[in-house]
Amino acid sequence: MTHFVYDGSFEGLLTAIFEVYERKADIVRIIPASQYQPDAFSEKIEIYPDETKANRVWKGLQKKLSVDGLTNVFSCYLSELPDREELILEFCRLVFASDDKVEENYGSPIVLRVAQIGRQLFREKHRFEAFVRFGQLQDGTFYATIDPDFNVIPLIISHFVTRYADQAWIIYDIRRKYGIYYDKTEVQEVRFDFSPLAQPGNASPETYDSREDLYQLLWQAYFKSVNIPARRNMKLHRKHVPIRYWKYLIEKQPGKPYRS
Amino acid sequence: MSDRIIQKLEILADAAKYDVSCSSSGSKRENKNKGLGDAKGMGICHTYTEDGRCVSLLKILLTNYCIYDCAYCVTRRSNDVQRAAFTVEEVVDLTINFYRRNYIEGLFLSSGIFKDPDYTMERLVRVAKKLRTEHNFNGYIHLKSIPGASDELMQEAGLYADRLSVNIELPSEQSLKQLAPEKNTADIEKPMAAISQAIRQNRNEIQVFKKAPLFVPAGQSTQMIVGASPESDWQVMQKADQLYKSFGLKRVYYSAYVPVMEDNRLPALSSAPPVLRENRLYQTDWLLRFYGFSLEEILNQQHPDLSTEMDPKLTWALRNLHLFPVDINTADYEMILRIPGLGVKSAKKIVAARRFGKITLEHLQKFGVMLNRAKYFLNCPGQRYQLGELSESDIKRRILAQAEGRSGSRQLNLFG
Ligand code: SF4
Repeated sequence: MTHFVYDGSFEGLLTAIFEVYERKADIVRIIPASQYQPDAFSEKIEIYPDETKANRVWKGLQKKLSVDGLTNVFSCYLSELPDREELILEFCRLVFASDDKVEENYGSPIVLRVAQIGRQLFREKHRFEAFVRFGQLQDGTFYATIDPDFNVIPLIISHFVTRYADQAWIIYDIRRKYGIYYDKTEVQEVRFDFSPLAQPGNASPETYDSREDLYQLLWQAYFKSVNIPARRNMKLHRKHVPIRYWKYLIEKQPGKPYRS
Repeated sequence: MSDRIIQKLEILADAAKYDVSCSSSGSKRENKNKGLGDAKGMGICHTYTEDGRCVSLLKILLTNYCIYDCAYCVTRRSNDVQRAAFTVEEVVDLTINFYRRNYIEGLFLSSGIFKDPDYTMERLVRVAKKLRTEHNFNGYIHLKSIPGASDELMQEAGLYADRLSVNIELPSEQSLKQLAPEKNTADIEKPMAAISQAIRQNRNEIQVFKKAPLFVPAGQSTQMIVGASPESDWQVMQKADQLYKSFGLKRVYYSAYVPVMEDNRLPALSSAPPVLRENRLYQTDWLLRFYGFSLEEILNQQHPDLSTEMDPKLTWALRNLHLFPVDINTADYEMILRIPGLGVKSAKKIVAARRFGKITLEHLQKFGVMLNRAKYFLNCPGQRYQLGELSESDIKRRILAQAEGRSGSRQLNLFG
């Protein structure tokens, strides 16, 4: 068994796949450095992310996969599932070995699983495009925190950039402790170590624009008024808005203004 | 000041909530010059009401003062309710600020008829115009057109709105006479025809000049109230089918009548809204638009009403057992789509995957097909049921027994 230990980045993972092919390694595991435990019976090969090598793998996939197929591969990586490296490697092997559109061979458990994880991440992306709630800070920036099950930020950036092109905004993943900041021109990754914004509930009212509370109250009032009590169906409600997302939703905390 | 605006919003959102449409999809409007918003692609439900309806738009009336007296409507002149009116600026400010916070996809603006139709429509258009031209707002705008408003105003509305709707209200002229004496079908269908004509013309222009301005890019829709008047499901769907065919509507919405006041022309105040019926109508609508069914296959003289027990696809399949079982490894996509318990996604997966090898029952399970229903209607390796052995009533009994056992109560999924 050969262990390819990489830095946990997507580029690193693609580089590792390149090396697996390059060395014609057969029985392998690709492991992120953070999870690596030396074992006496395996050879360890350390992988440093290499743009050229990663690109060659990606280009190879591009030739054989549809845009959805490619997104599914990236989604598997973002899923952070414990077997994601193995799954992506196995999938690449299928793709590179076949000339047909293997991504549609749903009879294969690997292809089906990749498609299903892709679907799951797509759903998560769609939910966060829906459930992110910005509050306007005093300096005008719109700020939101999220705590997603998967690392969903890379999938939602372009949606928010096109939509909110004329306002500065931050979306911060409090679980993974990083966020993205758009300054009306470009997007940067940000990490707050000591800012009150890094902790949910810590921001004081003064951090926010003076009209923020009003719009939150208006939204809560709106949500209450559109309800038709004669049709109440909480089961359906919870199916569409699973309880774990309620914490983001101002309308689900009536009476208390929300602090990111 | 803030209390007043909250109160207005409460009144005018409450009065608008019976219009069930909340779609924000299908527009082609993109973000322009780094402005605010983008309405292309599929819409997003930012939250759901406690009755499970999607909340995608800020859906409000500009005012609930109305000179008409439609019996089914809370806003009717003779009803004793609190009245309010937004200014154009207030609606613009709410829309922009809700949008910036990612609460909504845009605005759905409608109104009671204040003074006269043109006066009212002119204000609705002004809101949309201000959002587009002064705020470079590219989010979604749905305007409900006021029956009786001039053609010029409708045309102008179409330049700023992504969607226009004219509500047909009731499935027949007769019911309209009964319940909305100031309205008539001709007044409602005339603007529908005009909009559909203008949309067609615009689509042709766009083919020739790529830069031709968008006119109602997300098309027009309408709403029909069901359960306030005596029409059968067949009549309701015939009306819908006609509207789809003659005006190229994007959607017909069906709204279960919610009794809002005592009136001897209407169901009693205590009666529950017919939500199951509404759901069945949507399922039928879906079968017509996406599953290749014709109306006569589902509803006809012998079967004028949809079953409450079973969804229309299952009902149809049981009436047509001679067409089953379908061999999923060889049948056409169209026929696979007609198997109960199997949707568009699974049908596509089957057709794509069978090129690589035989699809078995185990695969279907993994694809998410509802086998407890589908298994009676299909053939594939691993299949244990022989259709010939079971009668229509056997299958029905088994499927219903399972459905009861599973959920205890009936769920209102599209194909539950
Ligand atoms: S015209 Fe419209 S708002 Fe006025 S009563 Fe009739 S349905 Fe209601």
